[in-house]
Amino acid sequence: MATATLTPRQRVSWTTANFVVIALALIPVLWLLSLSLKTPAAVLDPSLVPSQWTWGNYSGILTSTQFLRPLVNSIGIGLISTLIAVVLASMAAYAVARLRFPGKSVLIGMALLIAMFPIIALVTPMFTIERALGLFNTWPGLIIPYVAFGLPLGIYTLSAFFREIPWELEKAAKMDGASPFQAFIMVIAPLAAPGMVTTAILVFLACWNDFLMAISFTSTIDSRTAPAAMEYFSGGSVFTVPTGPIAAAAVVVTIPIIIFVLFFQRRIVAGLTSGAVKG
Amino acid sequence: MTATTPAPVRAGGGQHAKKARPQLSEGARAERRLGFLLIAPAVIVMLAVTAYPVGYAIFLSLERYNLELPQETKFIGFANYSAVLSSPYWWQSLAVTAIIAAFSVSITLVLGMLLAQILHRTLFGRGTVRTTSLIPYGIVTVAAAYSWQYAWTPSQGYLSAAFHGSAPLTNQAEAIIVIIVAEIWKTTPFMGLLLLAGLSLVPEDLLKAAKMDGASAWQRFTKVTLPLMKPAILVALLFRTLDSFRIFDTIFILTSGNNGTGSVSILGYDNLFNALNLGIGSTISILIFICVAIIALIFILGFGTAAPGTDPGTR
Repeated sequence: MATATLTPRQRVSWTTANFVVIALALIPVLWLLSLSLKTPAAVLDPSLVPSQWTWGNYSGILTSTQFLRPLVNSIGIGLISTLIAVVLASMAAYAVARLRFPGKSVLIGMALLIAMFPIIALVTPMFTIERALGLFNTWPGLIIPYVAFGLPLGIYTLSAFFREIPWELEKAAKMDGASPFQAFIMVIAPLAAPGMVTTAILVFLACWNDFLMAISFTSTIDSRTAPAAMEYFSGGSVFTVPTGPIAAAAVVVTIPIIIFVLFFQRRIVAGLTSGAVKG
Repeated sequence: MTATTPAPVRAGGGQHAKKARPQLSEGARAERRLGFLLIAPAVIVMLAVTAYPVGYAIFLSLERYNLELPQETKFIGFANYSAVLSSPYWWQSLAVTAIIAAFSVSITLVLGMLLAQILHRTLFGRGTVRTTSLIPYGIVTVAAAYSWQYAWTPSQGYLSAAFHGSAPLTNQAEAIIVIIVAEIWKTTPFMGLLLLAGLSLVPEDLLKAAKMDGASAWQRFTKVTLPLMKPAILVALLFRTLDSFRIFDTIFILTSGNNGTGSVSILGYDNLFNALNLGIGSTISILIFICVAIIALIFILGFGTAAPGTDPGTR
């Protein structure tokens, strides 16, 4: 979106807008960061800048497999679930957006039903099934439900997105002599990429965030994810909340998200610029 | 995906009215087959995981089933429903939930649209702003809730200090405001990202043409951008409302539902996991589900043809 000449006033207002967004997004996170760096005594001090600094909270949680192993589990389970969910959702969304077949509304309705059903009601029966099938406390035991609950969001987001893609371009490419495969790879895939990346980010974040299923379908660090693990070491005593370690863990759990978004960031921007339908 | 069919112009989800030539020819049949083939894996996974648990929850809601009194387990039809619906606790938490959902979703929609515009149009530092603005959504809900809770703890938290040592989490109205603010902070990026995907599909040329015709920025937004973004708005709004209506983690950490701040999900959780009353707990879950289904139906009817596919099956 070029028109690169900016009036000074526009420059000021964009800069202000950017700073407001960054400040609003970051202040609660900086508060967590500050808490994580405070010594146990300084935790009681409400200032945003710690009066006494320490790395103790971090070295505490990062030397314990009780937190490291769940972190690995979270990353692995999140990535695998996202990959499967986005592939399956893309196939279904393509069919919904472009093909004529009966039962389309049944599919959409079913996806909606699943998205709407309160998960607290499903956890107990799912627990029983996972025990019976030997999936309890394994990676697949979390990946399968994550895929199932990621699919409705994926199908919805992607079919709304695919509908807006100018598919005539594919025809045009074929008329210009491209094979169907070439037309798909060179024309349609770049247009679809931003939607798919967006969906992937949303599904991954949903898996990463999940707490209820993570805590219900795991029992040891073999498959426990980071949010569930956090809850465990926070429950050391009922009366003293370990503010520092929880804050440190929260910061550590946020870092992979930043890496993940940074990694896909280029793809989003590239997809947006190449996907723009211009003459 | 190799499209084996003569591309049916993207007329959109449900309408088959256009081009209703009398042909269920080889082409149409192949298209059907491809359609079924493409949706099959998703359908199988979703059914395999959820069919039995959903059925079981419905069954439980018709039973008197308390884990502390297992010998009294009995099929009692809709008695659980009348018990819940005549309880003031249900209506109280329903009202709290509705207030939280209505305020957080509507404010989030406005802020998300602003955020999407900023992300879409800003000319420098775009990557930084985009990545930073996603952090609230990425941060684990439980962790974010702890951040707010510590921030509002009297004499320890920066927000409490900034508001002269107030303790809003001990007061119903103030606690609900804190919960709403936490929800908004957490979910605006979600809204913004989905709206941004829709925004990126609005052709720049169309906006330029409107500008040349003398349309103001506001007119361009309401007359050109908004109609084209309708599908994206529907999806974002729908999922946000569904999630918001089932709010659990944030309230659980912030107030545990004390002082009349519990949502319907908190009520359901308390009945299922604390009182171990599976019958009543399941009934509450089904009622939450019915509320949410009604909301979804209203949204989809309201948006008409912008909805992907057609109406959802109720129940």
